[in-house]
Amino acid sequence: MLTVSRLKRLHISVSFDLQDGECVALQGPSGVGKTLLLRSIADLDPNEGAVKLDGTPREAVPAPAWRKRVTYLAAEPGWWSDIVQEHFTAWDDALPLVMRLGLPDDCGPWPVQRLSTGERQRLGLVRGLMLRSRVLLLDEPTSALDSVSAAAVEALIAERVADGTSVIWSTHDDAQARRVGSRIFAMSPDGNIKESLP
Amino acid sequence: MTYIQLSYGDLILPALLVVMDGVLSLVLRLKLEKQLAIATVRMVVQLLLVGYVLTFLFAAVSPIWTALAAFIMVLFASREIVARQKRRLTGVWKYGLGATCTLLAAGTVTMFALLTELRPDPWYHPRYALPLLGMMLGNTMTGISLGLDVLTNSLVRERAAVEACLALGGTRHQALLPIIRDALRSGFMPIMNSMAAIGLVSLPGMMTGQILAGVEPVDAVKYQLLIMFLIAGGTGLGTLAAVLGSAHLLTDHRHRLRLDRISADGSG
Repeated sequence: MLTVSRLKRLHISVSFDLQDGECVALQGPSGVGKTLLLRSIADLDPNEGAVKLDGTPREAVPAPAWRKRVTYLAAEPGWWSDIVQEHFTAWDDALPLVMRLGLPDDCGPWPVQRLSTGERQRLGLVRGLMLRSRVLLLDEPTSALDSVSAAAVEALIAERVADGTSVIWSTHDDAQARRVGSRIFAMSPDGNIKESLP
Repeated sequence: MTYIQLSYGDLILPALLVVMDGVLSLVLRLKLEKQLAIATVRMVVQLLLVGYVLTFLFAAVSPIWTALAAFIMVLFASREIVARQKRRLTGVWKYGLGATCTLLAAGTVTMFALLTELRPDPWYHPRYALPLLGMMLGNTMTGISLGLDVLTNSLVRERAAVEACLALGGTRHQALLPIIRDALRSGFMPIMNSMAAIGLVSLPGMMTGQILAGVEPVDAVKYQLLIMFLIAGGTGLGTLAAVLGSAHLLTDHRHRLRLDRISADGSG
């Protein structure tokens, strides 16, 4: 279980619990701070408040280990190498997921430049899923995808949730929020979240 | 050793060449005449001052005065490093990093040369210590400012890539390594280029000076080689310290990228 209490970053101030195997949709207008909130939970920006995973505070583990368990995936993934497969510790293990998300199976040696925005988004997702994190913080994971690919991503994440992974899924798509979320967090400009059921 | 002494009168004719540049600027409307005049006056005043200061220092041969002169040189070098950065660190490290690294690098190799190779008596004799330090500062400064510039600019440009690595559980060392490598490469480039071109394309000023002063060319070459080796070592040390130090300052103990510690475009 992920426990967030009195997390503060700029104008944001939130507390909530996230059960194992639960997916929460995070909604709110652009610029309201959804990305800031997700980044803060992953401890990518300086922030205040207590965040615990199964009762263990994040300060008790080294930050890299925390982020391997509580993983933030950006809407536009970054690439630190020119070649696709150099971003994966085991490309062969990632292949089934790559193909499942409709990407060509020979794209490993491709230069990243050759990928479309949607292909990059899906590969970024696969790269993150390979960590098998306990908590996934997905920042608009289907914003650049067509409906077929988006459905494939939703199905894949649903499997992970069924296996016990907790997910916070930020989205602008109301229908998607109701499909994927068992609860919906609506973020307001004053930095609070209001909880509702889909 | 004999050399042809110049009187101030001997400089009037060559100075007319600068006047010619000024006339050229006026005729062609380059609008450089004011800048040219200021630069010329600055050069004359600064060099004359240095001449008298060095005369005083060489007569005094005092460790305290020599150290003070060295300290002022390091201050100007760190100011120059900051002036060459498009993006600067905030807080005390803005000047502190450059000053620490130039002092560390130039100081170490200068001491090394004084204590092991040149061995003047006393070892801090300003006739040897200050020109050596000056040459080391000038060159390590170039390496350090280039390395820092590439590091900060790449971090800002490659922010998404660095943070992707961090978000996936990479350490700050892993995430910054490609950029650190680029920055070090850029810092080393000028000294390698000048080593390759020296003697063929350029005759170094110090060697030319010694030859004009009557030193045998081969002896002047040996001195120049010593200087070049020292510069290469100093640049390596200084660039490494500056780039690693800066990479450390721009991340924190929770392995976050802290671009908020950069102030852009000289503000702040």
